[in-house]
Amino acid sequence: MTPAALLRQLAQIILALALAPLFAGWIAQCRAWLQNRSAPPLTQPYRMLRKLFAKEVVLADNASPLFRATPYVLFGTMVLAAAIIPSLLTDLPFARVVDAIALIGAFATARVFLSLAAMDIGTAFGTLGARREMMIGFLAEPALLMVFFNAFLLFGSTAFPNLVERYTRHPSLLDPSVLFSAIAFVMVLLAENARIPIDNPATHLELTMVHEAMLLEYSARHLALAEWASSLKLYNYVCIGFALFLPWGIASSTQHGLWVLPVSLAALVCKLLLAGGVLVTIETLSAKLRVFRAPEFLAMAFLLAVLGLLVHLLLGAA
Amino acid sequence: MNTANALATAATTTLPLRMALTWVLAILALGVAGLARPNSIRLVARTLFAVGALACLGLAVLALGFLLRSQTPEVLILPLGLPDLPFHVRLDTLSAFFLLVLGLVGAGISSFSAGYFRAGEGTAPGLMGLHYHVFLASMGLVMLANDAYLFMVAWETMALSSFFLVVTQHRRGEIRKAGFLYLLMAHLGALCILFCFGLLHGGHWQFTFDAMRAARLAPAAASWTFVLALAGFGAKAGLVPFHVWLPEAHPAAPSPVSAMMSGLMLSTAAYGMVRVTFDLLQGRFWQWGLAMLAVGLFSALYGAIFAGVQTDMKRLLAYSSIENMGIVFSALGLALLFASSNMPLLAALALTAALIHTLNHALFKSLLFLATGSVMHATRQRSLGKLGGLIGRMPWVAGLALLGTLAIAGLPPLNGFVSEWLLLQSFLFTASLPHAFINMLVPLGAAVLALTLALAAYVMVKFYGIVFLGQPRESSLLEAHDANWVERAGLGWLGLACLLIGIMPQLALRLAAPVTAGLVGASVSLDGAFGWIAPVAAQQAAYNGLVLFVGILAIFGVTFLLVRLLAHGRLRRAAAWDCGYRWQTPRMQDSAEGFGQPIRHIFGPFFRMRRHLPAPEDPAPRYEVVIEDRLWRLFYAPLGRAVDWLADAVGVLQSGRLSIYLLFSFATLLLLLVFVL
Repeated sequence: MTPAALLRQLAQIILALALAPLFAGWIAQCRAWLQNRSAPPLTQPYRMLRKLFAKEVVLADNASPLFRATPYVLFGTMVLAAAIIPSLLTDLPFARVVDAIALIGAFATARVFLSLAAMDIGTAFGTLGARREMMIGFLAEPALLMVFFNAFLLFGSTAFPNLVERYTRHPSLLDPSVLFSAIAFVMVLLAENARIPIDNPATHLELTMVHEAMLLEYSARHLALAEWASSLKLYNYVCIGFALFLPWGIASSTQHGLWVLPVSLAALVCKLLLAGGVLVTIETLSAKLRVFRAPEFLAMAFLLAVLGLLVHLLLGAA
Repeated sequence: MNTANALATAATTTLPLRMALTWVLAILALGVAGLARPNSIRLVARTLFAVGALACLGLAVLALGFLLRSQTPEVLILPLGLPDLPFHVRLDTLSAFFLLVLGLVGAGISSFSAGYFRAGEGTAPGLMGLHYHVFLASMGLVMLANDAYLFMVAWETMALSSFFLVVTQHRRGEIRKAGFLYLLMAHLGALCILFCFGLLHGGHWQFTFDAMRAARLAPAAASWTFVLALAGFGAKAGLVPFHVWLPEAHPAAPSPVSAMMSGLMLSTAAYGMVRVTFDLLQGRFWQWGLAMLAVGLFSALYGAIFAGVQTDMKRLLAYSSIENMGIVFSALGLALLFASSNMPLLAALALTAALIHTLNHALFKSLLFLATGSVMHATRQRSLGKLGGLIGRMPWVAGLALLGTLAIAGLPPLNGFVSEWLLLQSFLFTASLPHAFINMLVPLGAAVLALTLALAAYVMVKFYGIVFLGQPRESSLLEAHDANWVERAGLGWLGLACLLIGIMPQLALRLAAPVTAGLVGASVSLDGAFGWIAPVAAQQAAYNGLVLFVGILAIFGVTFLLVRLLAHGRLRRAAAWDCGYRWQTPRMQDSAEGFGQPIRHIFGPFFRMRRHLPAPEDPAPRYEVVIEDRLWRLFYAPLGRAVDWLADAVGVLQSGRLSIYLLFSFATLLLLLVFVL
């Protein structure tokens, strides 16, 4: 692990920290335009964070240390994930020791801690949110794992840098299993990031909340960390999507020179702009599902991912 | 594939084996010593259990030394047993690995027990101490046995002593019932194992394991042996459909005994299965692997689903044991599949996953069962509906139980994740198997496994959240007290082991390597940086628990410091937000039933549900949901009826009149005479 590699690693983490709220702001802008409203400024999430960091924490009387530690855990796991996923370049020392399966583990850690924190205060909505989040989680996690399995079958690795580099060398987008995986992945992305049709990030009605219900008791800096973590989570998921399905522009370890990083940064920004537009279009065109229907949606994602695997194996055998 | 190793001549020195036997005898002696003053809790619990913990530690150190140093099998013939049928014992890497599990976990449980047992709880302490230590020692003997005869004696001793421990509180009817069911299933399982050994000798009537290894069975006989072993050891491990006793018997016992049964006794089932299929039968057919994989995966899913709807904390953990043993057996099945297809490296990977998962399960399941013991002592409650908010009153138990919860939920950087990662990696390589048809099936298996692992996290959030978090659901919980320091030491020991294996997975891999080398002729690669595991090739997959752990700590530290430095630290305590409804009580929190609702909804066909919902105007509303296992009705009830019918049919012969019985004898004699002449 050279200092240069460590520096690149750090650069990517800081870029993720900076870009994640902007990406959330971009999505909010796109949504406002599509819905014929005047859009908030792109930096609105930053202003929210600054406001929240300035406020005084109001903590419930029976809040335990677990409750206070959880925002740091959430933020930490998402930063860790941002360090693993090659969004800008593949030469990441961290990504060599923590592979895609461990990444799923890190996401699960965040989910478990958030659910436990939501149950800590003992209000009805918190526990309700925790229960629903865990339900979505146990359906979405296998689907995501199957997407990674398919990538492994195609490229023979679960480490992200290898996945991306092999992908760019053999662009086998023609393999039909990738299409199945991609659809399954988008469905998982929507569910895991509390987007419509599974959850409504802008709702004001507690009964329909999932993610927001778990954050109800958080305030000030704790809330700021949790919100930053959830915008990072969306950013991370989108970057996983890029790494698996649109890897062009990500600087590989063999590329050297000063021009590499600006080019890959430009590619990343373009892809993010595009992804934001696509996400908002899906969200605007679909209605929120009832909670009872969420399992069907996620079971479909799971089956699509498994189908992708089978298609790959069938074609491989034939 | 391992004949050369298995038939390796015994080492000249048998010191480790003699020492292992001495430790086992010492544990046995501790049990007998308690009979001197059977009612003295000070002697039996505080002294003998503490010494027992040290003896277990000695056993663990011995096994560790054997695994790292000599590794050559040692055999002895004991001057015990029937005339012409002496007991044979053997210490090899496989038994050393399981002895290590026994010692490591037994030390934690015994040390916890030293502070746990109180006077006046069921059986006299001296008698219970005897059962406890006999149970522990018999498990050690199971792993040392080198002939079917000693194996069965130890196996039955284990079943009987644990039966007496299960019925410690024998004055309660449901506990006697659970004990009976356990005894019945244990004996059915033992019968299967007995028949399995009966086939294994291959017509030579030699019951030492060495002779069985040498006997090459015909394919059909070998397959029958495998089926019998799967049924027998599967019944002990709680595989579906032989699982019904487990959620009854494990919770009925006192918590340290539940911990021993779930953590250790289930490991002996895994040991027996590995011994028979990999060592004695030498894993010959891929069909066996497929069968074991299917049974294991189904049990894992079944256990996870049923754990999700439990309302009793110990039953929830018992179902989770079924799930974990299912995972172990599916890993064994996968290893068998690879081994029979001549892929020793991948077989070693799957077998390593199975071994390490057994060790991990023993650690975290004992930790959690012991934590429920502390909770029950502090609150006198075991129903999830009457607990809650204990993290404030029992910070030590809650903190250590959190460690166990995160470990069993398979979260990095703890130990549960390591074995699950290894298992998922071995599933990934199934596409290289030579049978196209299995290549199609196994991804489905991987999908089931992924679903099970995710469900396990759901179950453990439910367990921890409802017991330790939220507000106390009963006012009596406000007086709950934390565990005493002896109990904390036991819990801490197990928790530390969970953390250590998680951040230094290479240590566990190093222990499993000689075992897999002996059984399948290969072991996963151990070179690489410290804490680094890369089972097949680093460019395919690698995991470094230590770097992950340090990375997490660094990120947390930096975040915390930055927030401290840049934001002000003002904090105010206030009441939780009540959504504008001021008359909320702790009883209005989500209950265990509520938390299980999504599982009931999604996996409805698995359950037989009876529900009673209150009417809107009901003055005394009652909500009730009873969930039953469909297998009771589909499998066990008809079986029970058949046995009843058979008994009735035979009962016709019993008229109670002596003359009729004499007539029967006369008729039998006549019949025999006809045959003979």
